[in-house]
Amino acid sequence: MDEIDRYIINTLQDGFPICDAPYQQVAVQLGLTERELIDRLQALLDNGTLTRFGPLYHAELMGGALTLAAVKAPPERFDEIVGIINAFPEVAHNYARNHALNMWFVIATETPEQIQHALTTIEQQAGLTVYNMVKIKEYFVGLKLEA
Amino acid sequence: MNKLDETDLAIMRATQAGLPLTPEPYQRIAEQLGLTAEVIMTRMIAMQEQGIIRRIGAVPNHYKLGYRFNGMTVWNVPDEIIDELGQKIGQLEFVSHCYHRPRHLPEWPYNLFAMVHGKSQGDVDKQIQQIADLLGDYNQGCDVLYSTKILKKTGFRSRLG
Repeated sequence: MDEIDRYIINTLQDGFPICDAPYQQVAVQLGLTERELIDRLQALLDNGTLTRFGPLYHAELMGGALTLAAVKAPPERFDEIVGIINAFPEVAHNYARNHALNMWFVIATETPEQIQHALTTIEQQAGLTVYNMVKIKEYFVGLKLEA
Repeated sequence: MNKLDETDLAIMRATQAGLPLTPEPYQRIAEQLGLTAEVIMTRMIAMQEQGIIRRIGAVPNHYKLGYRFNGMTVWNVPDEIIDELGQKIGQLEFVSHCYHRPRHLPEWPYNLFAMVHGKSQGDVDKQIQQIADLLGDYNQGCDVLYSTKILKKTGFRSRLG
């Protein structure tokens, strides 16, 4: 990643135009050619520096449902619990965290009812209490990370 | 908010994995969907105005940019004032997500969540202190949970729409 890549990453976290030739428009701002910009974006995606490039949708406004949930997985059953939880296609992310509540996962479904169903099923299969940390209110989502 | 129709959902499905890396990406989407670029752009502008599209842009991998310290800070603050506090914390430039979530007493007393990101433990410690200073006496307890391992990470792609 060189200075030009950093400049591209920093600029494109702020947004991207909706017009006939948006790469051309941004490339001019960056002092690049359209081809250079597209090739560099492709490379940044291919090497994992960017996880995505495109529109970010607001899941709930799209009619979908999301929640964050956590369990206390006993250390001796940790891998087994990971297997149970990750087997659910509704589980989008799952992270180990340094707390008694040591496994935190995000469930995404098409309807709120399906969230509840997934939580109940996970409780039954894992034999653990699932703490539903459902969002009550969103104050902010977004971040610009300086590259 | 206007209800989304089939065209909006089709655009969402076609772009969830990303925007085509071609000189005329909206034209490319239009061709896939049998629509005109004009319709695609009009709909996407409308969805952006309604907040359905939060933004169009690049999403960096935190770790690849050196942000290896990603903490979920959690705070116990009075419910009566949480909205005011949440708005303030959400405006801090290092906070990526800020939410009101439920307590689960007695083991989980925290109701305000703020994700913070730094390149060193020292960075994150300063950020946490900044949040604590902002909350002042309303801070009735806090904790910071760091992710120790990614156990699963996928897109929401197939789940929506």
